[in-house]
Amino acid sequence: MSEHHVSHYLCIGCPLGCRLEVEDDGTDIVEVRGWDCKRGERYGREEHTDPRRVVATTVKVRGALWARIPVKTSGSVPKAMVREIAKAVRNVEVEAPVRLGAAVLTDVLGTGVDIVATRDVERV
Amino acid sequence: MITDEIRHLARAYDVVISGGGPAGMAAAIGARSQGAEKILLIDREREAGGILWQCIHHGFGLHHFGEELTGPEYAQRYLEEVLENDIDVLTDTYVCDISPERQLKLMSGRHGIAVVDAKAVVLAMGARERTRGAIRIPGERPSGVLTAGLAQKFVNMMGYLPGRRVVILGSGDIGLIMARRLTLEGVEVKGVFEIMPHANGLNRNIVQCLHDYDIPLHLSTTVVDIHGRQRVEKVTVAPVDGALKPDLSRAWDIDCDTVLLSIGLIPENELSRKIDLRLDPVTSGPVVNSTMETSMNGVFACGNVVHIHDLVDFVSEESVLAGRNAGAYITGRRPPKDNIRLLPGDNVAYCVPHTLSSEREHIVYMRVRKPIEKCSVRFGEVLEKKLRYVFPAEMVNIKVKPQFLENFHGDALRVDVVQR
Ligand SMILES: Cc1cc2nc3c(=O)[nH]c(=O)nc-3n(C[C@H](O)[C@H](O)[C@H](O)COP(=O)(O)OP(=O)(O)OC[C@H]3O[C@@H](n4cnc5c(N)ncnc54)[C@H](O)[C@@H]3O)c2cc1C
Ligand code: SF4
Repeated sequence: MSEHHVSHYLCIGCPLGCRLEVEDDGTDIVEVRGWDCKRGERYGREEHTDPRRVVATTVKVRGALWARIPVKTSGSVPKAMVREIAKAVRNVEVEAPVRLGAAVLTDVLGTGVDIVATRDVERV
Repeated sequence: MITDEIRHLARAYDVVISGGGPAGMAAAIGARSQGAEKILLIDREREAGGILWQCIHHGFGLHHFGEELTGPEYAQRYLEEVLENDIDVLTDTYVCDISPERQLKLMSGRHGIAVVDAKAVVLAMGARERTRGAIRIPGERPSGVLTAGLAQKFVNMMGYLPGRRVVILGSGDIGLIMARRLTLEGVEVKGVFEIMPHANGLNRNIVQCLHDYDIPLHLSTTVVDIHGRQRVEKVTVAPVDGALKPDLSRAWDIDCDTVLLSIGLIPENELSRKIDLRLDPVTSGPVVNSTMETSMNGVFACGNVVHIHDLVDFVSEESVLAGRNAGAYITGRRPPKDNIRLLPGDNVAYCVPHTLSSEREHIVYMRVRKPIEKCSVRFGEVLEKKLRYVFPAEMVNIKVKPQFLENFHGDALRVDVVQR
């Protein structure tokens, strides 16, 4: 007999902020409770099984108006890897000009996700 | 190419826009769509785009572009559209004054002191952050106390970290976003302190900026003292009672070298005051009619300078309208005058625009004072709109069709948000 376990989440779908309870039996979700609409149920399942985030940070840029250029992950990455990814990106340095969407780092930490610029910067 | 500064400044324009953030950019495009020919967009920064360049996080444009963008992506899309529309962009230039004849006095890095004549003007100067003075935090005056938005510019554009151990005062979205941002840069964020019993920011930011990094959020708690001679050394925080009075017997100290303030924005209305525009004491922005025209003929206003928006999408929507009306103004195609004044009633802090015309369709933006679930927005007896909830942190917007206003014969229409 496996142990049932209840985890708690705050739904981010709207300002009502329903407090969600996700009950699992060690392997599968048994029930998601506390939601007021279907969006909350779906969110509870995703947050419990595979929480993912888009990471936005900056990298150094030489020869531009500003010292930093904003970047993001080209797709979502596992939540547990966010800090490590941000740390890996901290060492990147690029040279202006850079175009929006250009990869400044490919396949970050083997995730298959690139780090891409989120704006153009000109050479000044 | 997204920074395309003009070299030749003309003496006269159809429409001149003061402020090149999302509001100013949308107004320029709106003016062009109505046939205005010579349009000048002015910003005091080195590039147009406003606050968006420093808001590097996700969460912009879901309503407007149907996808989630970062602030810079949203700014760039708009700026490209501005340039495709042959709008003159003048950066590094401050709009100092506007005469009743709509002559603007400018101070410009490239052009020096200059004047330009405008047939119509749009004010889009955005907002500034409330500072320590606004909430009178006692204590010493060391360095290391700054607003969250300024810290955001330091980190995201200039590449400086404001400190190593940070306390954040106020749970507005900018503070929450900065809690995550600084954590990802290796800074220790000691906690977010909010005097109210509820958080001010979006749940999404509570979860993804605080919970994800185990950063504590202390509700009903505030900073009562800041210590340090040269640099911040520690702060004293204390819980508050129902009347927001701190209980000093339960105060405690936190070691830190930096205090970030995230205590709200106020419309940037230096210029509006100088030219004596009528201001709304609640929004502290100009009073506007349903064409977004202020109390000065031919001077329109939109975006955060009118009232603080939480979503940039609504800034764009409101500002395209202001720009269109500025364009229509110069061609003499003026819509019928407004005949109905809106009166904020129960649980309504303010409504924008301040007046409506019964002959057109409008979007009315408003803010409530307290949260209610299962409520109704009532425009007198003529229109009732049911909403699942209202929250002070989330602007309410209601479409008002002319058929509802046809049956209304008074001149002042009261707006209430009540429990159902
Ligand atoms: C930190 C932060 C985070 C945000 N996060 C989100 C989010 O996640 N999602 C979302 O949808 N919205 C978000 N917003 C809200 C959104 O960014 C704003 O509502 C929007 O930028 C307001 O646009 P604006 O054009 O009115 O003002 P601004 O963007 O402030 O632009 C005003 C411009 O006017 C210029 N200016 C001012 N005075 C003068 C003068 N006298 N002469 C010349 N130029 C002048 C300024 O330099 C500035 O460029 C956020 C806002 C902030 C501050
Ligand atoms: S469950 Fe539905 S109603 Fe509740 S917070 Fe989530 S989205 Fe909102």
